[in-house]
Amino acid sequence: MRAAGLFVASAVLATAVLAAAPVPATAQVAVRGETVYTMAGAPIEDGVVVVTGGKIVAVGPASSVTVPPGHRTLTARVVTPGLVDAHSVVGLAGALNQPHDQMQLDQSAPIQPELRAIDAYNARETLVAWLREHGVTTVHTGHGPGALISGQTMIVKTGATSADEALVGEAMLAASLGQAGLSESGRSPGTRSKSMAMLRAELIKAKEYAAKQAGPEDKRPPRELRQEALARVVRQEIPLLVTAHRSHDILAALRVAREFDIRIVLDGAAEAYLVADRIKAAGVPVIVHPTMMRAGGDAENMTMEAAALLRKQGIPVALQSGFEGYVPKTRVVLFEAAAAAAYGLTFEQALAAITIDAARLLGVDDRVGSLAAGKDGDLVLFDGDPFEYTSHVTGVVIDGQVVSEARR
Amino acid sequence: MRGHGSRRALLAVAAALVALPGWARAEQAQAFINARILPVSGPAIERGVLVVENGRIAAVGEAGRVTVPAGAVTVDLAGKVVMPGLVDTHSHIGGGSGGDRSSPINPDVRLLDSFDARDPGLKRARAGGITTVNVMPGSGHLLSGQTSYLKLREGTTIDDLAITDASGRMLGGMKMANGTNSIRSSAPFPGTRSKSASLVREQFLKAQDYREKIRRAGDDAAKRPARDLAMEGLVEVLEGTRTVHFHTHRHEDILTAIRLGTEFGFTPVLHHVSEAWKVAREIAEAKTPASIIVLDSPGGKIEALDVSNENGAALEKAGALVGFHTDDYITDSRLFLRSAGMAVRNGMSPDRALYGMTMAGARMLGLESRIGSIEAGKDADFIVLSGDPLSVYTKVEQTWVEGKKVFDLANPEDRLYAVGGDGASRGGEVYLCEADTEVQ
Repeated sequence: MRAAGLFVASAVLATAVLAAAPVPATAQVAVRGETVYTMAGAPIEDGVVVVTGGKIVAVGPASSVTVPPGHRTLTARVVTPGLVDAHSVVGLAGALNQPHDQMQLDQSAPIQPELRAIDAYNARETLVAWLREHGVTTVHTGHGPGALISGQTMIVKTGATSADEALVGEAMLAASLGQAGLSESGRSPGTRSKSMAMLRAELIKAKEYAAKQAGPEDKRPPRELRQEALARVVRQEIPLLVTAHRSHDILAALRVAREFDIRIVLDGAAEAYLVADRIKAAGVPVIVHPTMMRAGGDAENMTMEAAALLRKQGIPVALQSGFEGYVPKTRVVLFEAAAAAAYGLTFEQALAAITIDAARLLGVDDRVGSLAAGKDGDLVLFDGDPFEYTSHVTGVVIDGQVVSEARR
Repeated sequence: MRGHGSRRALLAVAAALVALPGWARAEQAQAFINARILPVSGPAIERGVLVVENGRIAAVGEAGRVTVPAGAVTVDLAGKVVMPGLVDTHSHIGGGSGGDRSSPINPDVRLLDSFDARDPGLKRARAGGITTVNVMPGSGHLLSGQTSYLKLREGTTIDDLAITDASGRMLGGMKMANGTNSIRSSAPFPGTRSKSASLVREQFLKAQDYREKIRRAGDDAAKRPARDLAMEGLVEVLEGTRTVHFHTHRHEDILTAIRLGTEFGFTPVLHHVSEAWKVAREIAEAKTPASIIVLDSPGGKIEALDVSNENGAALEKAGALVGFHTDDYITDSRLFLRSAGMAVRNGMSPDRALYGMTMAGARMLGLESRIGSIEAGKDADFIVLSGDPLSVYTKVEQTWVEGKKVFDLANPEDRLYAVGGDGASRGGEVYLCEADTEVQ
């Protein structure tokens, strides 16, 4: 997939720029499971995953893998890769739901691509810990829906203690079409057509800026933060993450992507099943709305089978916790995948939608999303079928560190 | 009213007949066989037989021990699980309203006057296996109005759905709230918790006076006080004929709700009870039922920050009666059964969790003699499940109310509302329980 390749390139670039967290010497652990879902091949019965120096060094049946000395061994009924939440706002949106902890949306202007997620991400937010204890080890988070372009997103491990440890500091640019993209109290955009006109005008400017930037050094334009962020989109370095639920909003997103030759990722996309052939033809991946999202507004025609319907068409999909404005303040992808498994996806497809497929869609599958030698030591331990209501997460490991042993 | 004994008895018989809707009368008997039946009132019946006649359960038991009437329509439910219809003690489907901003206390305002029986939310609730629901006005008032207890029968008006007593009176409760939702910045609304309790106490004292005046007047119409709808509503609470459903989150607010009940002689049903785990013993000792909501995460509302997923387990351990609610639109009625599984995940016993979804709710609405379990004589309200009610993979396949199938997953139109898709739109404004408040 071309998009994935580009995402990987940007991920590697961004990782190189942001200092990686030092891996403590204690980051070595062996996890033995009655069933180990590696998501890089068939599940292993009585399998072991060995993590040394924060990285996976061996995966295989217990009979053939030797655990080196000095490794603490954890056991579980079921072991999976650390879960990847393909789209959230946690860390910018906090549990208190008061103005001081709601950083996912600034409504002073409809287009603010210069707003960086890493400047607001609170790694110590309660909701981040909540996700972590439920097995979510990687989260794509940042500016939320609610403005035509609300700002940037980032990809971070939930074990990080600051935004500086992000896997990808500038992952995507968040845009909203349809109702969520309109401004309030008479300000523009006030209609869907106006939204598209403003977006197109912005992309034209960004193309011109990018062209000048690529020109001779003495003719380069002065730095403009807004244009710089958008230029990354028009240069296809990062995708535009377009939240759109109505089928005609989805088509508008595909139209603008074609017109400006930019990469987009569809987000939410409640009515995507109505235009699946067009999405498929455009080669656009979809971060499907939470399976259990409440049906209302632009998303009134959502279906709990969305992920299955799109996957059947060959469209790359991942699941998300999404944005919640009230109670509950976040969803948990583990529960969303469970519901997706009850509504059309097979067990392993649903697990893939919150592990390897999500990692691939986000371009971080070189680091996370499956259990294979060389990858980050991110694992989740369960006492039964991970999707059953009555099972529990019994342990979470990030970069070889046991970050939670709470029974959740 | 003296000397009319026989006429009154006749009227009561007539009313009892009227209480069952027309289609439920004198219909052919039905026998549901081979399912695993979870009666809730007793142990599971592996190869069960459920006989339904005239909208009621005629018999239930193991195959071979139940007489199936001749000519009964037989429905083979081999491989399925049958349990009582779910009771949602707190929902906002149908979008009914309560009081406006003119007063914080509105005992005269009835939700039933604004209930939209055509709201697709009702279809979703049926798809979720809910057969009885307490629809309530919001929590932006100390007392926002009268609630309605409904059966999710087929129907397009509130009269079709209402649960009535022998006299034909529509049954319902009284919605109250404390804490921040009902606190506002200016009078007549309270500005503090103490003021909230004080305003409520003042009205209940008035209602006690009103009731006393009526009592003293006896048969002397001239001495009776002028009719006051608000006072009449509160007198029903004092008399125990209208249950208070009390929205409350924090531990001190929970205790205040119990205290007000003790002072005026009523036992409220506590709703949400986010901090129940802090006062589980006190709730149990006061014999106050508590209805909880199962959420995916904490947060979103400062007052509920200390909410615990283990509330159900804590209340069960303390010996309190625990029920569940959707608070739809806060959680989706289609996923109500999930509450039981998640409660078990967090420490409740499977038996009490299923009891909480059915009988506990029935008791909270004072309907335990009619619904909540699969027992002979009760309304034939039950659901057919594809498997274990605590499993995520289990689907509600059919919902039956008073012997009539009101939801069938095999029916494409019903399925659309169950799963979602093109045309499954809600068809109206979404209604947020607590949106109409200043402080969240």
